[in-house]
Amino acid sequence: MKPGHGEVLLAEGDPDVRVDEELLIEEFRRQLDEGMWAAVPTERPGSGRREAQMVRDYSEIPPEAERVIFFPRASGG
Amino acid sequence: MLVLLVTGLVALALAAFLLARAAAGKTIAARRRRRVQHPPLAFDPGRERRAEQRARQLLRSCVNDHEWAMYRDLGFIRVDGRRLPDAAGEGGAAPYAYLIYPHKPIVAYVPRNGRLLSEYCVEFPDLTGGHTRLPASDDVLAKWMALTSDEARVIGRANMHLVGRQHDPARLRRDIWRLSEWERVGAGRLGARAA
Repeated sequence: MKPGHGEVLLAEGDPDVRVDEELLIEEFRRQLDEGMWAAVPTERPGSGRREAQMVRDYSEIPPEAERVIFFPRASGG
Repeated sequence: MLVLLVTGLVALALAAFLLARAAAGKTIAARRRRRVQHPPLAFDPGRERRAEQRARQLLRSCVNDHEWAMYRDLGFIRVDGRRLPDAAGEGGAAPYAYLIYPHKPIVAYVPRNGRLLSEYCVEFPDLTGGHTRLPASDDVLAKWMALTSDEARVIGRANMHLVGRQHDPARLRRDIWRLSEWERVGAGRLGARAA
């Protein structure tokens, strides 16, 4: 999510392909270095309840995740 | 001797001039670079509208159908509080919940009796140094993701105020009533559909 623009695609690829994975890791780190938070939307099996999972490292991304959403870190308004 | 002194002074003046010019050049180059990196966004209603449409699609793809319908019909989303150990209160209802509004503080309240608790003022600033803000639906989604993933962190970062600082308490009470009616009618529709 980018202020003034909304959703912007940063990178995409297949994590099982090494070149793609390197690209995804690089972009993931760059976003976190810029101060963004990263979250993965998830659904609790059975309940249908949806929530987000905050990820602080590329290895924390659930294998079944289809996307990671970056958004500016929260601050007191 | 005089010739040497004059030559030395001229060389000194020339060196000082060249140094000053080089420094000025660097400053101008740095300013130009800054301008190129962060061009100011002129107000463009078309771009804002497109950004909001994308934001609504993104929000819809992340929250469940009930939450999406709530936002579409009422303009806010309720998220149950999860910090207390006895998360489920009477009848399975959460002991407290939040109302998420776009570009307004998060409101905590007690669903059982509608009592308003507090406002949590939180924003997601433009980290590039610009002065633009997230589209309304992205702001709601960012709050939703932050609350459902790490409630303690986002609430810890927010500025807490008594209700009434930015929200009108009367309007909040009306929104809570609208929500209960909306859910009652929605439950009736579901019941009729099931029957």
